[in-house]
Amino acid sequence: MNYLIRRLAAFPLVLIGVSVVVFVAIRLVPGDSITAMLGTEAGLLTPQQRQSLATYFGIDQPWIVQYWRWFTGLFSGDLGISVTYGKPVLTVILERFPLTLELALLSMLIALAIGVPAGVYAATRNERPADLGVRIVAMIGQSTPSFVVGLILIYLLSVGFGVLPTMGAFTPLWQDPLQNLSQMILPAFTLGCAFAASVTRVSRSAMLDVLSDDYVRTARAKGVPERKVIWRHALPNALVPVVTLSGIEFGYLLGGAVIVEQIFALPGLGRMVLEAILQRDYALVQGAVLFIAFNFMIVNLLVDLAYAVLDPRIRLEGR
Amino acid sequence: MRILKSIFAHPSGRIGGAIVLVYLVIALCGAFGLTPHDPLMQYRIDRLHGPSASYWMGTDLFGRDVLSRLMQGVGQSFTVAFFSVASATIVGTVLGLTAAWYGKRWDTVLMRLMDVLLAFPAILLALLVVTIVGPGTWTSVAAIGIVYTPIFTRVVRGPALSLKTRDFVDAARTFGSSRTYILTRHLLLNLVAPLTVQVTLALAWALLTEAGLSFLGLGTQPPAASLGLMLSDSRNLMEQAPWLLAFPALAIMLSILGFNLLGDALRDILDPKTRRA
Repeated sequence: MNYLIRRLAAFPLVLIGVSVVVFVAIRLVPGDSITAMLGTEAGLLTPQQRQSLATYFGIDQPWIVQYWRWFTGLFSGDLGISVTYGKPVLTVILERFPLTLELALLSMLIALAIGVPAGVYAATRNERPADLGVRIVAMIGQSTPSFVVGLILIYLLSVGFGVLPTMGAFTPLWQDPLQNLSQMILPAFTLGCAFAASVTRVSRSAMLDVLSDDYVRTARAKGVPERKVIWRHALPNALVPVVTLSGIEFGYLLGGAVIVEQIFALPGLGRMVLEAILQRDYALVQGAVLFIAFNFMIVNLLVDLAYAVLDPRIRLEGR
Repeated sequence: MRILKSIFAHPSGRIGGAIVLVYLVIALCGAFGLTPHDPLMQYRIDRLHGPSASYWMGTDLFGRDVLSRLMQGVGQSFTVAFFSVASATIVGTVLGLTAAWYGKRWDTVLMRLMDVLLAFPAILLALLVVTIVGPGTWTSVAAIGIVYTPIFTRVVRGPALSLKTRDFVDAARTFGSSRTYILTRHLLLNLVAPLTVQVTLALAWALLTEAGLSFLGLGTQPPAASLGLMLSDSRNLMEQAPWLLAFPALAIMLSILGFNLLGDALRDILDPKTRRA
């Protein structure tokens, strides 16, 4: 319990730290935000107009005042106004988030569906050719960046089958599930493939550890069928590190898979951040980065808790 | 010498080591301009030429030799990976050691600061750094270096904390050894093994992140070559000129594979406790 309380107590502190880092980082970007906002038209402004704009956006105040205003705004969900979209930052983020969430869930599902059975299969055939084969494929998979997988998939589809994946469009799941899946399956598979490799490796080694435990030997000695030993007795315990790994990966994916979204022209959170950075939309970058870091921390916290639930032997106090 | 023998005896170590060695040669050649053609030279007449005797990996849209650009790109990638991991290792080790040694407030402040950095997904933190400094090779070095510093700090601090309470450290203190001597001689030397493993694996991640950043146009700037940029450029031409996709993709994959294999082997050799069969 001690550990949990300490983790929860540190949470707001770390979040404040993150908000300070984001706030300062954005203000270190060279050039003033009015020029960035208006582009070449900023040159047409008279000093008075410039001053009144600065007052309107509050950027003529000292940093500490600006930070306080931004920080207190966070509690009422006010992350500022996005210059590129002309909408509140939170609205823009929440518009993009469903796609990112769906992509993260789908790719995790694909990765686990491939990785766990492959890892278990390899572990039960330890050091035999099948195990070696799985390990080699997993190693290659782990060394292949997701954008390489994505580009190769697009190439194979377009050259091999003459079809081009649908790009740039996104239909929400609740509007047209089939259409949505046809848009999401390729990016999800791309992300899932790379992650499946890590899942395979981790579930294989965890399974090997568990299979040499006494209780597995006892189950076998009692005459429990091998299938049951593996899937019912061993696997649940071997899943602990897989859950940790998946949780961390899920946290990352919630921040948007910048590169894969870019390849498939998906309007997700990651691509939004990238565009906001390139457009110098400070309020949006600031809000989105904080949103992503917040999600990431929540997921990591949940992973730590899941750890204790899954394996009661783990005592978090000691850590 | 013994470690080299062990690497050679380990199957992944042998393959990984060989790949890394070959890449080091390519990277050096690429970085010092020892390429078959000038990587920037545009042979307009040979645009989108397939692989042939004069252009082993073909040419790109501007008639530039893909092999020469690939070699230059490997040079770039390795420069970024090497310097970013080196800086993360040095800074992370110093921070981790001092956090463990001085403890108390310094440790708390430092580790919370690392928690803050770790709260950002890696690529996002790198993007943030690139936004501030502007894209470029050395920005990538700084960005990736900052991303991996907290990881090294943690890798060093944990074991350093337990080493600090060991008898031989107490003995050294009793003999009047200086703080610097104890930190470098007794703590650091005992951390070489976990650090070596971490460095090798971090090099693989750094190559991956560098490729990602340059793929997004935020790393090495054109006309200089980088593997990520070459891949990004191949997108619109992949049906017409598949070699533009195939060779850079293979080059990125193999380089990361090399370090991953070597890292796995080193972990098995140097750290038998965490050995994963």
